[in-house]
This record gives sequence, structure tokens and C-alpha cells, in this order.
Amino acid sequence: MTMFEYAPAPESRSIVDIRPSYGLFVDGEFADGTGTPFTTVNPATEEVLSEVATGSDEDVDRAVRAARRAFVKTWGPMRPADRGKYLFRIARLLQERAREFAVLETLDNGKPIRESRDVDVPLAAAHFFYHAGWADKLEHAGLGPAPRPLGVAGQVIPWNFPLLMLAWKVAPALATGNTVVLKPAETTPLTALLFAEICQQADLPPGVVNIVTGAGETGRAVISHPDVDKVAFTGSTEVGRAIARAVAGTEKRLTLELGGKAANIVFDDAPIDQAVEGIVRGIFFNQGHVCCAGSRLLVQESVHDDVVASLQRRIGTLRVGDPMDKNTDLGAINSAEQLARIRELTAYGETEGATCWQPEGDLPDRGFWFKPTVFTDVSPAHRIARDEVFGPVLSVMTFRTPDEAVAKANNSTYGLSAGVWSEKGSRILKITDQLRAGVVWANTFNELDPTSPFGGYKQSGYGREGGRQGLAAYLRSDS
Amino acid sequence: MSDRLTVRKTYKLYLGGAFPRSESGRTYEVHDTKGHFLANAAWASRKDGRDAVVAARGAFGKWSGATAYNRGQVLYRVAEVMEGRAAQFTEEVAAGEGLSTAKARAAVDAAIDRWVWYAGWTDKLAAVLGSTNPVAGPYFGFSVPEPTGVVAVLAPQRSSLLGLVSVLAPVLAAGNTAVVVSSKERPLPAITLGEVLATSDVPGGVVNLLTGDAAEIGPWLAEHADVDAIDLAGAPAPLAMELERSAAGTIKRVLRAPAEEPDWSADPGLSRLRPFLETKSVWHPIGV
Repeated sequence: MTMFEYAPAPESRSIVDIRPSYGLFVDGEFADGTGTPFTTVNPATEEVLSEVATGSDEDVDRAVRAARRAFVKTWGPMRPADRGKYLFRIARLLQERAREFAVLETLDNGKPIRESRDVDVPLAAAHFFYHAGWADKLEHAGLGPAPRPLGVAGQVIPWNFPLLMLAWKVAPALATGNTVVLKPAETTPLTALLFAEICQQADLPPGVVNIVTGAGETGRAVISHPDVDKVAFTGSTEVGRAIARAVAGTEKRLTLELGGKAANIVFDDAPIDQAVEGIVRGIFFNQGHVCCAGSRLLVQESVHDDVVASLQRRIGTLRVGDPMDKNTDLGAINSAEQLARIRELTAYGETEGATCWQPEGDLPDRGFWFKPTVFTDVSPAHRIARDEVFGPVLSVMTFRTPDEAVAKANNSTYGLSAGVWSEKGSRILKITDQLRAGVVWANTFNELDPTSPFGGYKQSGYGREGGRQGLAAYLRSDS
Repeated sequence: MSDRLTVRKTYKLYLGGAFPRSESGRTYEVHDTKGHFLANAAWASRKDGRDAVVAARGAFGKWSGATAYNRGQVLYRVAEVMEGRAAQFTEEVAAGEGLSTAKARAAVDAAIDRWVWYAGWTDKLAAVLGSTNPVAGPYFGFSVPEPTGVVAVLAPQRSSLLGLVSVLAPVLAAGNTAVVVSSKERPLPAITLGEVLATSDVPGGVVNLLTGDAAEIGPWLAEHADVDAIDLAGAPAPLAMELERSAAGTIKRVLRAPAEEPDWSADPGLSRLRPFLETKSVWHPIGV
């Protein structure tokens, strides 16, 4: 198939001023960390963007003490309406500086500018705006007449949606009257540090938000600090288990948003073209670095060949390359480490007998790249059908009956999300009811909204983020 | 005084809707608070625990798939049958907990009333905990609470009926199935509750009652991959921590126990329903 040639349409990076080095944001000010600094790179070019401080145990302790002070002295006693007003300010500042955040996110993460501009940043602002309104209405949240904040929240977030995950964690914590020590992922710390500037710009009282950068050790220090009341984590199931173990026997409250291996079920009566768009969005959005990605495609046997043919045709038109180009569909893989993991798991796909397909085309010479990949002839026992790849890799399986579709979809230790494609309303409602997953998209996929609670069943974690239900994770209730 | 020789009961487990002995063949003596012999109870083993999980998983589809109205009626029927057995429960609670008949009767009444209270919750949970979600786009979005799955319940050690009902009824009202390890020293009300459940309309396998030692069976339930959640009410502190740690291996939902067994007569609110409910959010496009 011939492709229309597009002229390059790169977004300018001049709007962002990346400092050569960043400190930690503690008690309202940037300060050097006492750990060994690390560098963060642009995964599309391997260019070093900046040097970032590593928070040591003492730094984390300082941050937790600052958060405790703020909880006791300023943020806790503050009128709820005023807390809300600070959050409204933050939401507005995020909107005002949206382009800056989008460019910085794309440089640090490798995701297409189209996605950071149209999804990550607007949704992050929306989360603050939504939760701002809750701050003075918590008695109506169904958690009893006088729900109370927990205290200091220790939050650890992943690299796939750096700013958006920050918003999912910080906005509800602050709206409910808690203060925060947040550790961003070590490969994507920059938008969190820019967010720290927003906190200063909004005149948020010192200590309400503290950002401590670093790798796994810093995260461990945050979640295991004895004066942290609440731990919230988004990341891998493996790390989630370790955190649940570390928190056991303490009074700390815990919510976990972990891995997934979502089934995307296509029935023979589905509108195939729309379904193909949904399948593509489901697995290739954000290079498949999405915990709720639709990585297992279950197609009714009678339409399997048609769906796979259309899917391959459509994937052939996806543009893989410079994330800063506004026409790019798939950007860079976030890190060399993640690329190695994707390669390892896809190698299993081939040795275990599945058939691998990738579109024609070249990848850039520098940076971390992986082509959109489709495996057919996949059996449910294959590792590519069971393990979370967290990359642009789709495993296609078939089914004959609705019962078989549900059984195969639920045959996973995960239960974060799922998709159903059919024109028959009663079938959609039935299948939706039977799927053991926290989010079910019917005739759509990968939609997110601050009003819609998000979170997993089974080993995809517990607790919800977003909606009225999400507030429960940050409040002590008498009922 | 009649010279009739009494018919003594053999106490067994309640598992999958039947009353088997422990596969281990073990029993243990149950005494009242003054040390007098009351009965021999089955001493459940880890294999009984495993069988109970299989039964609970098997029953989950039907129980969770029943209409909320139907579940409410079935649970209310349990309260009706309990009411008929109130005298027997009272005797067992009095002997096991060392209470006067009047105090034991009050505990039994509270337990039955609590069961009725939870029976009435089944068809309100979706309205109270669910939502329609006004998302910023052309989609109809809603969220519904759904049961977590198979819940392992370590029943309170002290309060043998009111405590037991307070932890079991919410698990069932939310649509889960349960594997319960009774109070070790005071298992008789649990055994009688099993008989009540068997003669009401609760499908076999929805509740499985094991008499025995939480410290022996608990660790197996805490790490069992087909158990979705665990209530640590009856686990003493060091054991509770160990169980929570091993439950982390499969990301189980864990309801922790306070250091001291609470006063079960207090209004529980939703505190024992929320931990065993998931939230499912559903999206569908709006358009023509």
C-alpha cells in the first residue's frame, strides 16, 4: 500500500527551558539531594536532558516532616473552600502552561506530542479541576457526615503518563486535606519538577506537595517511612506485591494500581472498521505503555481473517518516529531497559510458536524503538498471552461462543480493563457484566475521565482513582 | 427428670452444602468457660480449607449472578430460620461465652437483627456506591459495585455468634462467597449456623464453615491463589501481620483487625461491605 508522504511538522522545543540540573522539591523550595544524582535522557535521541537529584533516606525524612508540618499547621486546618481554590489555581496554571508541559513530557518520555498535548496534559488539568470542586463537598461523598483526611500520603508513580499519574495521585490527596510526598519515575522526573514550579506559582503553602526524585530505593524510603499514613502506588504488580508486604502490619492505608493484560473482544456483528480503530488505539496508544492496554485481542472465529487483514492494513499507515512531529502515531520506547523487556517477551512469542507480523519501514538510528507488532496463532498458554509486555505488541486469539470469549477474557491473573465490540446492546450488557475487570469499554477503548473511577480487579490492584469512589482512598470515614 | 437417654450430636464441618468430617479425621474437645465438656468438634485441616475454597469458587457464579432482590430474600430467610433456633443459639452462646441466659439471648437477638439489616442492603449497594459518570465526551458512563469473589473470613474468637454474623453477613450481602474459620474455643454457634444455612435457601458452597484453628488454616487461605480477599477479624496480632504479608503475594484485599476485638454491637455502617466490593466502570459511545 502506498503512503501519502507527510512533510515533517515538528513542534518547537524552544518553549521549554530545561535546567542543566534539578534538586528535590521539599517544603516549598528546591534543594540539593544527598544521594548520587542521575541523568534523564530523551528516549527518542538518547540525548541527556538534565541531571536530577536522588533523594536519600534523610531527604525523604525531611520531605515527610515538611508534609507533616504542613498537614498539622496549614493544609489540615485550612477552610476546605480555600483548599479547593488552590487546586483550581493549579488546574488553571496547568492549562496556561499546557504547551510547555506537553513538550517537556514528550522530550522526557518519548510519547508523541499529539498525545501529550491532547491527552496527558488536558486530562491532568481536568483531574485538578474536578477534585478542586470536591474539597468543600466531602460531606456529600457518601463517606459519612464528617470524613477526615488521613495525614501524609506517600505516592510512587510510573513513567508511562508522568504528569497525568501525578495528577491522579496529588489532586485527590490534596482535595481531601492530605499532604503529599511524591516520587516520580526515574526515567521521567521532569514534568513533576515543572509541576513543583506550578505549586510555587500558585502560592501553595510549603510542604503541602513535596517531590523527591530517585529510583527504587527512594520509593522504598517513601512508602516505608513510619510517619506516612497512606501509600498509593501505580506500577508493576511485582513491585505492588513488595509494597503490600512492606505495609503489612502497619496502620498505613494502601491503594495499588498495577499491571493488566486486557482482553479486547470483537464479535462477528461488530462494525469492523470502527473496531479496528479501537484495537489500534487500545494497544498502540502511548506505544502500548499503558496498564489498561488492550493487549489480548479476542476475535470471533468467523471474522478473524477479515479483522486481522484490516488491522494490518491500518497498522501499515501508522507513523513511527520523531515524537515531536505532530503527525507521529507511535513514539519512542521509554527506556533501553523497557525495550529489552519487550524484545525478550516477543522472542518468547516466536519460540513458543506464534506468528509475528510487523509493518514495513525503517526505524530511527538513535533512540529506543519498537515497531507495532501483531502476533497471530497465539494460544492462551503463551507468555505473550499471559504476561504484560507494556509495549506495542498485540496477541490475537479466537473464540466461537460468547461463553468462550468471557472464559478466555477472564483467564488472567489481571483484571484492570477489557473491551467489547458488538452492535447488539443486550450482548454488550451481558458480556460487560461477566467480565472481571475494573473498566470495561464497549465499542470504544482507552477512554479516561476524572469523573470515572479507575482501578483493577484481582492482581491488577485495589482502590479506585477518580470519581466519588476515588475519594475513599484518602479519607477516614465513620461509616 | 426423665430417664431418657439423650441423642448426642456429632459436630461436623459445613462444606459445599454438606456436612463432612474433617478429611484429617481429627476432632477436638469444646468446653464451656468453666471447663465442662460440651462437644467434640471437627478439627479442620488445610486440605479441608482447600476443599472449601473449591466449593466457594464453584458457588460464586450463581450467587453473584443472582438478582440483588433474590439475594436479599435468601438472606432474610436465614434470619427467619435463625429466629426459630434462637433458644439453641442462646444456650450455646451462654455456655461458650460464659454469659447469663438473658445476656446471651440479647446477643442472639442482636445477631439476628444484624443479619436482617444486611439482608436489606443487597439491592441498595448499587445505588449508594455506584454512579453515573458525567464524562467530558459523547459517552454514557456508569460505575457499579461488584463482589470481590471468594472471601476467607477468620471469625472473631470471642464473640461466637454476633461477631461471626457481623463478619459473615456483609460478605454475603455484597455477593461474595465465603470460607469461614470459626472461633476455635467457641465453635458451636458456627456449627449451628451451618445447619441454619443448610436448611434455608443459601446455595451449597456459598458459605463454608470450618471449625478449628485460624493459625493453622489461615496461612493456607492467605496465600491461596483462588482466594480474593481475607478478613483477619479472628487473627491475633502476630498472626495477622504474617497473614497480611503472605496475602500480598496475590494482591488480596485484606481487612485488618483492630488490636482488641471490637464491640460488635456498634453500628457497622458500610465498613465491612466496602472492602469486599470492586467498582466496575463501563463506557459506551453515545451517537446515532
